[in-house]
This record gives sequence, structure tokens and C-alpha cells, in this order.
Amino acid sequence: MMNILIVARKEIQEGLRNRWVLATTLLLAALALTLTFLGSAPTGNVGAGALDVVIVSLSSLTIFLVPLIALLISHDAIVGEMERGTMLLLLSYPIGRWQVIMGKFIGHLAILSFATLLGYGAAAASMAATGVPIDTASWTAFASMILSSILLGAVFIAIGYLVSALVAERGTAGGIAIGVWLVCVLIYDMALLGVLVIDQGRTIGGGLLSALLLANPTDAYRLLNLGSESVGALSGMGGVADNAALGPSALIAALLAWTLAPLAAAAMVFARREL
Amino acid sequence: MTDTVDVTGVTKSYGKVPAVTDVTCSLKEGETIALVGHNGAGKTTLIKLMLGLIRPDSGTVRVLGEDPAAGQFAARRRLGYLPENVSFNMALTGRETLSFYARLKRVPLDTVGALLERVGLAGADDRRVGTYSKGMRQRLGLAQALLGRPRVLLLDEPTTGLDPALRRSFYEIVAELRADGATVLLSSHALTELEGKADRVVIVNRGAKIADGTIEELRQIAKLPTRIRVRLADCEAGTVDDWIGRTGAWKRVNGHVLEIDAEPSEKISLLRSAASSDAPVVDLDVAPPTLDELYAHFLGAEEAPQ
Repeated sequence: MMNILIVARKEIQEGLRNRWVLATTLLLAALALTLTFLGSAPTGNVGAGALDVVIVSLSSLTIFLVPLIALLISHDAIVGEMERGTMLLLLSYPIGRWQVIMGKFIGHLAILSFATLLGYGAAAASMAATGVPIDTASWTAFASMILSSILLGAVFIAIGYLVSALVAERGTAGGIAIGVWLVCVLIYDMALLGVLVIDQGRTIGGGLLSALLLANPTDAYRLLNLGSESVGALSGMGGVADNAALGPSALIAALLAWTLAPLAAAAMVFARREL
Repeated sequence: MTDTVDVTGVTKSYGKVPAVTDVTCSLKEGETIALVGHNGAGKTTLIKLMLGLIRPDSGTVRVLGEDPAAGQFAARRRLGYLPENVSFNMALTGRETLSFYARLKRVPLDTVGALLERVGLAGADDRRVGTYSKGMRQRLGLAQALLGRPRVLLLDEPTTGLDPALRRSFYEIVAELRADGATVLLSSHALTELEGKADRVVIVNRGAKIADGTIEELRQIAKLPTRIRVRLADCEAGTVDDWIGRTGAWKRVNGHVLEIDAEPSEKISLLRSAASSDAPVVDLDVAPPTLDELYAHFLGAEEAPQ
């Protein structure tokens, strides 16, 4: 445990030093604030809570940005250190390979959590400061949005490590990371939509649809934040969510599984790798 | 003296490429060993096997009584390693880097400053490693290897990139470690530099150990001739054979200078006759075989049967 924390601490130290933390926090805060103030203008007074509108826009932002940031941080973690030669020295120390991965994971997740909390928190704080009335339910939804955004980040950090552990060169890891991002964020949904339109509900029932939505972590995240209650009505995801019949606990479990499985696989692949 | 590192019958290949073939050697405490071989001869692979970074295909490796690849870390705390081309994260300072490694080895952090001073980095400890020169990075590498009074030090080509002054201070540190009872393994592709620094030399070629012993022992095994060069006062070539007492084993460098390759057994008698009053010799030089010649001899002996 000690070793994991030592590695995590070093990752955070490095993140602070090479401005990763600053850059991601500023990026998320700037976009969140822009969406908050521009996004709330056209809704006017429609009965939906102001914070609910922000949740919808920030969730959409998260789906594009957080996986990208997570993959950018993580795809280099193993293969990059191997190429630079720092991994060789690190592994000659009394530390297990799985401890290296776990330490990096905690460090990178801390960086991402910090950026998300501060960036999105700035948006909510500025709304509260400008005197917009916000009810408790909206606050809860906002908090769970931030937490699930961090969880989505964890998923893609873990996937990034798996890619990093598998490939032989940094360039390859970067290419695959971009591919993963494209598939999960853009292509999968388009393809799924196309299939649903063609199928017209003949063969794809609720069960299969649920499985297909859980098979992509970004869709699980989307359903979790956009599919429920007042937010669902606002985002237009309510219909899909009802058909898929997936509760929040199933979605969170899917996201956790999407984190743990790639992380375990990355540790296994890395353990067998020859230096 | 007890063995700190035992390598027994170890074979390792990467895919179909054999890196190390049936190597057996042991390192004792308080001993400084030179591991010499060409680039790609298997030196780094041997060191990685001792570190447990890779597992042997067959044979066993024991370091400080443990199998280094078994995932027990007690031995690694008493082990220092300096990789060939050591590199660090560029963003952190020298002190932060060394503190990180000290934490991993559970070495008290207050020793870090003294260690930086010992390798001559005291003034640069709060600068980023990215701004360091190659020599400074090598020194930082040495500093991390020295953390926690290691019992076994594996230094892979430690002096590449060091200027002569740093090289000397590096060997001073190695001598201190030896006096402290640590096993120091120095790998190098040149034997000459290690003369007087190593107690024992292990020569590897193409993954196999081809020689193991002190430099004196290796000289005896190799039986390389000593080169004797004499300057003659004024002499015809024909009469040289008379006082040398043998025929043909000399060559004329120029009119007055002869070169004789003498076998170890006949060296003394040859010198006696050259120094006797009736020999027309005005000057005499004796050059024992250099370490490079010794090294080339062992490599040549290995190549010949193939």
C-alpha cells in the first residue's frame, strides 16, 4: 500500500510540475462556465431547474472531453516509461508491477478528479453566486454527475493503461487511444442508432438494447446522467432509458466493471512483459 | 567470504535469439568484479537476470539468498542498480527524484542531501533533471544506486559519459564501497579502464562466459608473449642470434631497434642475455601484454573453433 501511495504521489507531483493539472482544470472550468452562461440563456423560464440544464450540457461535455483527457494522460504511462528507460530503474526497486500500475492509477485519477471537481464546481458555484434558485434534488443530481464523470475518467484511464501495456511503441499507443476514443464517443452510437432504425424493433428488444448500451462505457454514463427524471425529459434520453430499463445501480456497476476489468488486464499483461 | 550473488547454469533467450547461454558465476562480498564483453555480448541480460527483471529459461539465480524474480523484495532493498543510459523524469528536480527512490527503498529522507553532496550534485539539487548534463544525470544515477548502503551494486557501463575527473571520483566511491564489504559488479566493453579497479574479471562473448579470474590469472592462462624492444649499439643482424640464443623470433623495426616476442617461460633468460656485458644493447624496453591484447586473445580463442 505504501508503495502505491509513493508512486501516486510522484505522478501528482509530475502532473503539477508539467502543468497537466493546471491545463485540464482550466480547460474544464472554461468550457463549463461558457456552457453554464450561454447554455442557460435560450431556455428562459421553462420550469426545468437551471442547474438541470447545466447538468445536461456538462454531461455532454464530459462524454467528449473526459475520455480524451483520460486517454491522453494514461496511454503513455507504461510504454512511455519503458521507452524512456525509467521503468527499468523503477522495477529494480522493491516494488511490484501491479503496485506501479495501481499507484499511477490513483495518481492520474486524483489529477482528473481535481480538475473535474474544480472545473465543474466553478460552474455550479457561479450559478449559486448569481442568485439562481437551485433545489436539493438538482444539487444531488449535480453531485452524482461529477462523481460519475470521475468514474468515466477512471474507465478510460484503465483502458489507456491496457493499451499502454500491450503495445511496443508510444506512437502505436497514441493511435490506438484515438481509435478507442472515436469508437466509444462517436462511432458506436451512430452505428447503434443506424441498427435500431433499420431493425425497427423487430429483433432488438429491451434486453439486447440494455446489453448494447452497457457495452459502451460512454453510453452507460449518458444513461446515468441524462436518462432520469427531469433531466431525462430535458435531454430526450428519457425514452431510451425507459426502453432499456436500466437502473442507476446497474449503470454504475457497468462503469465499475469497465474500470476494473481493463485495469486487471493491464496489470496481467504488464506482469508478463519482458523488459 | 560468502557469496552474495550466485548464477548457476543460466540460459536466457529472447524469442529465438539466445542472449545468455549456460552461464555460471558467483560474486562474493567485498569483491569488485568487472563484467567485460562487446556490446550485445549478454552483459545487460546477465544484470537484468540478477535484478529479477527477467526470468531465466533454465538455471537459477540467487541474490542475497533470494530468487530475485520471485517477487520478494527484502533483497532488493539491499541492492543498487545503475542502468546503462540511466534516465529520469525530466520535470522533477534532482532532490525530488532521489527522495522518490529513497521512499521506495524506505531509506530515511535526511540521507538524500548527503548523498547528493557525495556525488557532487549539491549545488544542482533544486534544478530540474531536464536541465542536467549527461554527466550530472549519470551522477544522479549513481546516487540512487547508493541509497541505503547496498550490499550488492550492479553498475551497467557506469563510466560512459563521465569526464576523467568524474571517472576518478567514481572509482573512489567504488573503492569505499569495496572497503565497506559490498559486492560491486562493473560492466564495461573495455578492459583497459578497469585495470587496478577490479579484483576479478569475467569475460562474456555471445552470451557465454569465456574467462573468469584475476587479471594475473588471466595473463597466466593466456600465456601472451611479452614484447621486449632493444636498441643495439651497432650490430649486424647475423650476430644477433648468437647472444639471443634462438633463431628467427625477432624482427627488426629499423636499423638499430629489434623487437622480440618472449613467452613467459623464456622471458627472464632472454632479459639476462640482453643485459649481459657481451650483448651490444644500449637500451631496453619491456612491455607486458596490454589488457586489450589479453581481451582480444580470449575473444579470439573463442572464435577460433567455430
